[in-house]
Amino acid sequence: MGEVIVITSGKGGVGKTTTTANLGTGLAVSGKKVVLIDTDIGLRNLDVVMGLENRIVYDIVDVIEGTCRLKQALIKDKRYDGLYLLPAAQTRDKNAINPQQMINLCDELRSEFDYILIDCPAGIEQGFKNAIAGADKALVVTTPEVSAVRDADRIIGLLEAHDIKNPRLIINRIRNDMVKRGDMMSIEDIIDILAISLIGVVPDDENIIISTNKGEPAVTDSKSFAGQAYRNITRRLMGEEVPLLDLNVSEGLLSKMKKLFGFKSA
Amino acid sequence: MIDLIKLLTRKKESSKDVAKERLKLVLIHDRSNVSPQFLEMVKSEIIKVIQNYMDIDEDTLDIQLTKTNSDDGERVVPALVANIPIKGMKNAGRSL
Repeated sequence: MGEVIVITSGKGGVGKTTTTANLGTGLAVSGKKVVLIDTDIGLRNLDVVMGLENRIVYDIVDVIEGTCRLKQALIKDKRYDGLYLLPAAQTRDKNAINPQQMINLCDELRSEFDYILIDCPAGIEQGFKNAIAGADKALVVTTPEVSAVRDADRIIGLLEAHDIKNPRLIINRIRNDMVKRGDMMSIEDIIDILAISLIGVVPDDENIIISTNKGEPAVTDSKSFAGQAYRNITRRLMGEEVPLLDLNVSEGLLSKMKKLFGFKSA
Repeated sequence: MIDLIKLLTRKKESSKDVAKERLKLVLIHDRSNVSPQFLEMVKSEIIKVIQNYMDIDEDTLDIQLTKTNSDDGERVVPALVANIPIKGMKNAGRSL
């Protein structure tokens, strides 16, 4: 039986879609059968991050309304076997589906897949309620900013109120240089405030933008530092014990050289 | 030289400490909004304790989570403010 995991955050733009794409791809690379569901109806984006936007014929609303069969709407990834995307509808809104329909959809997918990852829309309204309805577990994505952490706290409360116990935290876009000079909350600061368990930390990495430009998740890029972080989170999702990434390495050779020769790193 | 000046003037809290402080405060408020039962629980426990010692007016009793200035006056800290009208004193010394 597959496991349904929702990726959520409350605040928009913290990296839910990027996280979903990378973890899904990471799991597929590890040989798991994975389906990614974009529940951001009206503002779909997981398709472009995965590079599958040209292959969409049917979407989640078509499946739920019975316009097509579930299998017809699932888009097979172009590079990895066992990886599928169920895209959101672009011309409808969040009210086109309801939580019970999501539960039924997830249950149908469970028998076919090892992991069902749900990319949740921003906010705490209908879209959020739909996205979490069928989930067994939740990953909460935040960035080291006051607004994102505040929203994450709210989401954690709402998840617990909906009986999704022990959500795990992903701290995204952390910058070690800023943490060091006291201008960014550290991993410890954020965990101290949110009081949930951490599943991973993803450094701020321009490779994410480059890989999104191409539609190829960074998790498969062996040179990307964020990609390495996503690979680690993938392994933790599968139950492995993996130590946290050493963020000091993130500075890269260039900035280390600059430091060595006395230039201040940017 | 610039670094030296920076070092000397770096008495201010780092911005992440400011962020943490502000977050903690805002979350106390947010979290109490998430569970309205929370204040009710606190309220009923307080009533229980106080009633051992005095007669109070339960209907007009008011308990709120709010903010106030800290003792040194430099920070804003969360505060639990209770307004409990007393009808009369019980003889606290008389044990059951």
